[in-house]
Amino acid sequence: MKSLKRKIDALKPHFEKGGKLEKLHSVYDGFYTFLFTPNETSSSGVHIHDANDSKRTMITVVIALIPCLLFGIYNIGYQHAMATGADMAFLQMIWYGLLKALPQIVVAYAVGLGIEFIAAQIRGHEIQEGFLVSGILIPMICPIDTPLWMIAVAVAFAVIFAKEVFGGTGYNFLNIALVTRAFLFFAYPSKMSGDGVFVSLGDAATVDAYSGATPLGQIASSTDGGVQLLNVAGEPLTFWDTFIGLIPGSWGETSTLFILVGAAILLLTGIASWRIMTSAVVGGLVMSAVAHYFATPLYPATLIDPVQQLCLGGFAFAVVFMATDPVTACRTNVGKYIYGFMIGVMAIVIRCYNTGYPEGAMLAVLLMNCFAPLIDYCVVEVNIRRRLARTKANV
Amino acid sequence: MAEVKKIKKGLDICLYGKASDNVVSDTASELFAVCPDDYPGYVWKLCVQVGDSVLKGGPLMHDKNKRQIFMCSPVSGVVTEIIRGERRKIEAVVIKSDGSTHEKEFKTPQSCQDLIDLLCQSGLWAMMRQRPYDIIPDPDVRPRDIFVTAFDSAPLAPEMISSSDHGVLEEGLKALRSLTDGKVYLGVKFGSGISSSAAIVTEFVGPHPAGNVGVQIANISPVNKGDVVWCLDARTVCRIGRLLSENTLDMTTTIALTGELVDNPHMIKTSIGAAIPTLIGGQLSSKAVNPRVISGNVLTGVKVSRESGFLRYPYRQITVINEGDSADEFMGWASLNPLKYSVKRTFPAFLRGLAKPFRFDARLLGGRRAMIVSGEYDKVFPMDIYPEYLIKAILTFNIDRMEQLGIYEVAPEDFALAEFVDTSKLELQKIVREGLERLRKELS
Repeated sequence: MKSLKRKIDALKPHFEKGGKLEKLHSVYDGFYTFLFTPNETSSSGVHIHDANDSKRTMITVVIALIPCLLFGIYNIGYQHAMATGADMAFLQMIWYGLLKALPQIVVAYAVGLGIEFIAAQIRGHEIQEGFLVSGILIPMICPIDTPLWMIAVAVAFAVIFAKEVFGGTGYNFLNIALVTRAFLFFAYPSKMSGDGVFVSLGDAATVDAYSGATPLGQIASSTDGGVQLLNVAGEPLTFWDTFIGLIPGSWGETSTLFILVGAAILLLTGIASWRIMTSAVVGGLVMSAVAHYFATPLYPATLIDPVQQLCLGGFAFAVVFMATDPVTACRTNVGKYIYGFMIGVMAIVIRCYNTGYPEGAMLAVLLMNCFAPLIDYCVVEVNIRRRLARTKANV
Repeated sequence: MAEVKKIKKGLDICLYGKASDNVVSDTASELFAVCPDDYPGYVWKLCVQVGDSVLKGGPLMHDKNKRQIFMCSPVSGVVTEIIRGERRKIEAVVIKSDGSTHEKEFKTPQSCQDLIDLLCQSGLWAMMRQRPYDIIPDPDVRPRDIFVTAFDSAPLAPEMISSSDHGVLEEGLKALRSLTDGKVYLGVKFGSGISSSAAIVTEFVGPHPAGNVGVQIANISPVNKGDVVWCLDARTVCRIGRLLSENTLDMTTTIALTGELVDNPHMIKTSIGAAIPTLIGGQLSSKAVNPRVISGNVLTGVKVSRESGFLRYPYRQITVINEGDSADEFMGWASLNPLKYSVKRTFPAFLRGLAKPFRFDARLLGGRRAMIVSGEYDKVFPMDIYPEYLIKAILTFNIDRMEQLGIYEVAPEDFALAEFVDTSKLELQKIVREGLERLRKELS
């Protein structure tokens, strides 16, 4: 390692002011701090620091996403095999999924990190790690057949207009991954919803009974009041299929089981707020129960039982990985309960009562992102009032 | 029965190098220094020159405006050097001790005003602090209450007072009672057995910062806008008590020499402002390639030079840790080393148990970022304040917001643990100190 360090140190003058590669200083700095923990020591205040830094925090979230990612890749192949009737082995399914998923991941990272590097260079800051997480989240919440150029455009839009214009990581008020998803959804609706986008068919012919509708898509378009969910080959789906995630959908978010594994990692490491996660699940359950109690065929999604509601669509993924983004969520503990609960409620409200809209998790989180500062403001105001009352009582 | 208060939020950081009870007398120190930076809130003017003889308790500096407030010499001797920094700012006044016990004589006070004058002249006044602003109090303002803390909960901190001090402590508390129309509160560690008839005793249970006087105030009777309270540590109260009852100015202090790079961590009896080289002597471990010598504890102390530094006030502790600036750690963010301390469970240190001692160096262990993770500060901030919001208000220097969020209740030291755990590695204590200074200037 010493020799590697020496080599990298030797490159440093080129990237410093006046050097040939001055304009790539942020890139050099980003890679340098990635390879070697900076040796900068404290010059004021505390003399020792906790080992946790923002790199570690972001990497932990990425690790928590890996189970979902791997399952998602497998499921791309699995859905393809079932839809086309192809006889594929386990590894073939993974290979197929990998070929589909990897380009999306690469594009999202290349565009997003590229903009981050440029922004850091312009501001003279260090590269910030926020996009490490956003970059992997974005492909996972997109349909598998989303064209790569669309992902590139949407990522550029989100990173520039939802993050960099506000000052970069830590200053954005909307979740970057969801802004990307929302941009895609509203700019290119035909590629983002409907029955044709969630299963990767390639050029193969489908089986006769094929339908690419997601479970929520089937429910939203059902007219007879029945909610028998079918898989892509037209066979009935069980609760366990939806729980394990062998269903079509945005490819990273179908498996409640592996989302729970991710949730466990986030909660055990203490990176994500248990307050937000718990209250969002409670909110979702309460709202689904209320909706189910007043179930009506007019709004077919109300017919699903509450526990299954949570396993369908992007709800679980949004609750675990999107709602808990610390920058865009509430920052006070009381606020977190309200924020999480409202996300749960809103996601189910949109899902059940907005029939043009099979899923509401994305919009629920974005909506509550907007309200988070207001909720915090009210919570902090209570503290301020208490202080004011104390002052008055003493006068 | 003393009231018992439980502090739940906070953190005891366990380091190697706790001092044993073994006390060694420091006979070698010749040089002592008084550093104006340790006495915030006033503009200090010299009243001595190089070559002047001073008695113990003799004046070295006075405030530019309130000329009755003095900083005094801890020993009898000769002023040998006045160290100045940028723009001729006085950094330290160095006195070479003559080894004698000559000291300035003080009159026994007859009235409350006499007592204030005595404290100002003897330099003990400059050892007190007030909230708001965490500065030396104004002798013309009568405080709402006076708060005294009798224990230091910081990492590796020694006991603040011993049982033999209880008598003078009581004398000091009695004297303080005449200086306020309110109450005198004494915060003690649970089970310490310290009692007082002159003060209201509150016992505190819980991790650091339970010993911080600011935390004790917040949990007893918080500071409101317009209030002024005084804060002292029990050591200063004992000095006041001794001056009044024995008519002698006690400038001695028993410090702990601590930290993993000290061979035999122990206690040293010396005087305020003693020179660092004689205190640490040959005690540094052979592993100490590039040690960082801290006057004070690792959270709030001041980095001092190993060769030419002095013991700074109010610290009763020297901590020596590794600087660590040549560590070259490869991909530290991916480390699975259970010896890397983190309160977060992203590192496996929690499996080893955080109550066991850890090695630390002075690295930031990460880059400075905007505030990202929420709720971190709250976990180590046992006051009814939203620290994140207060810091943001200070950064934007929004005076109304700062007042609303409780700026008058805090001192930089209250943010030390938050700074330690901060994922974004922000310099919180510096931010708070600068905010308080700016606010004071703006409102005065």
